Amino acid sequence: MIAEENQRSTMSSTPRSFWENTTNRRSMGRLVIYAILIVGAIIMIAPFAFLISSSLKVETQVFEYPIRWIPDPVRWMNYVESLTYKPFHIYFKNTMIIALLNQIAILGTASFCAYGFARIEFPGRDFWFGVALATMMLPYFVTMVPQFIIFSRLGWMDSYLPLTVPYFFGGGAFNIFLFRQFFRTFPEELADAARIDGCTEFGIYWRIFVPLAVPAFITVAIFTFMFSWNDFIGPLLYINTPDKFTVAIGLATYRSALGVGRTRWDLLMAASVAMTAPIVLLFFILQRYFIKGVVMTGIKG
Amino acid sequence: MSKMSGIVKFLKRNAVAYLFLTPWLLGFFVLTVYPMVYSLWLGFTNYDFTQPNATQWIGLGNYLKMFGPLFGLSEFTASTGEVIRADPYYLKSLSVTFTYVFASVPLKLIAALAVAMLMNQKLRGVSFYRAVYYIPTLLGGSVAIAVLWRKLFEKEGLVNGLLGAIGFTDLPGWITNPKYALWTLVLLSVWQFGSSMIIFLAGLKQIPQDFYEAASVDGASKVRQFFSITIPLLSPVILFNLVMQMIYAFQAFTQAYIIGGGRGGVLNSTLFYSLHLYIQGWTYHEMGYASAMAWVLLVIIGVFTALIFRSANLWVSYGTGE
Repeated sequence: MIAEENQRSTMSSTPRSFWENTTNRRSMGRLVIYAILIVGAIIMIAPFAFLISSSLKVETQVFEYPIRWIPDPVRWMNYVESLTYKPFHIYFKNTMIIALLNQIAILGTASFCAYGFARIEFPGRDFWFGVALATMMLPYFVTMVPQFIIFSRLGWMDSYLPLTVPYFFGGGAFNIFLFRQFFRTFPEELADAARIDGCTEFGIYWRIFVPLAVPAFITVAIFTFMFSWNDFIGPLLYINTPDKFTVAIGLATYRSALGVGRTRWDLLMAASVAMTAPIVLLFFILQRYFIKGVVMTGIKG
Repeated sequence: MSKMSGIVKFLKRNAVAYLFLTPWLLGFFVLTVYPMVYSLWLGFTNYDFTQPNATQWIGLGNYLKMFGPLFGLSEFTASTGEVIRADPYYLKSLSVTFTYVFASVPLKLIAALAVAMLMNQKLRGVSFYRAVYYIPTLLGGSVAIAVLWRKLFEKEGLVNGLLGAIGFTDLPGWITNPKYALWTLVLLSVWQFGSSMIIFLAGLKQIPQDFYEAASVDGASKVRQFFSITIPLLSPVILFNLVMQMIYAFQAFTQAYIIGGGRGGVLNSTLFYSLHLYIQGWTYHEMGYASAMAWVLLVIIGVFTALIFRSANLWVSYGTGE
């Protein structure tokens, strides 16, 4: 009897019966998934690890093999040198000015227009909303040339006007869409009650919907900041004077400036880290809103 | 009386609605409709930014300039008597862009769906993995990443270093070799599957778990479940991702600009459509021609979007879900 039981217990630890046990199989399956996810994550992150590591190396070590992942010595001076080689503090200030104006423009007008699309019923609403969605599919390049000609006739060249003024007109269909989706999640009674109390539509928008839509504002603000920060083609077309460069353009010209004969990759990498760090920081602080924004524009449409 | 006040109310409501839409409507007409009409007109002229007063109507000249080489035409005389040389690089830029779109979009969506499905298992730390996989997308459009990519795929870059370490020899400089340069950009795009992945993950979460349980009680294999439950129920989300990613890919610019140093790379191997347009319009000031190119791009994107929506009847199910 006892021998038999012993036998059974040894049996159950053999590989075969181990796999027959569904709980074991499931947890093994889960381990495999974790393993795949972790390896994948390492591959996804490796370029950034390389970027950060290179940014702290002595120049000669950037090209060393096998790759030295942890720099020795760690050279923080790369950052100081790299950010003073070109006036990055000016580029940073310029980018922030544009970003701030874009925030005001987009948060203000996109939410305002979205309220009209989301909460007021009128004939033609669906038509105009369809048109707005269609403009999202319009390639930027179709309006790029005429806009350039128009703005140059207005004397807006080499100023921030072409990079900011257009966003005061609705802030882009994408952002209107995002606000509309959010506004539509609120119950109709909310607005009706206010209307009975004699509140104007603007009052309803301003006093009820804007305060309720704070998460949507944060989401749009993040995307707007990312757009302004990374925008390359806009400043490339319109800005010529180095003093007016944005961070993106500054970094793009960096290479050629440093590359007389050779490129100082250590410094270039340090500047690249400095450019991406604000976005990464923002993402980790406000991850919830990022994900919400991506999902909201993708799913409920 | 009550009817009157009803009409007044209706008109008032309409006026208020249009008041809310005013900024967008203004922008739509001034910054979209007018430029589009303008650009259509420019496309039929030889508008040169440096001498706009010399602008002449050349009919289909710009379009012939693009597609002439297709018929063995290297130069032709426009209606103005001006001899126009066909663009020897236009078709190249078209083929580079098509290759990029048709390679990167499917690969990106497959990667996104595969990772989303892994994350849809009840795992701990999903938000951590989701964040890590999203970071490349977050930073992807930035100049810094294009600069980094150049460095990674150079002859003495990280990729060759790692491949060399596992025994590969005679490795090319991926960016400088015309055979591979475009594929490094495809890889850069696929690497940024994050936002598609997040959208897929949200879509997967909406599929009721009961469906899978019922299917496995009936003895359906995992593969069968994937094709009979996951794919059909996820098809509207796939459609959305496919259309958005395609439109986006057709317009890729920044990465190609940085990696090619403002040009089309070695033997124009990374001469993207948008980059070629930019060079024509801004380096050579041929803005009439650039406008015509932009309209062809619009038509191409329109045709492919329409094709995808048409085919949607065959593979997208709107049965359940929202």
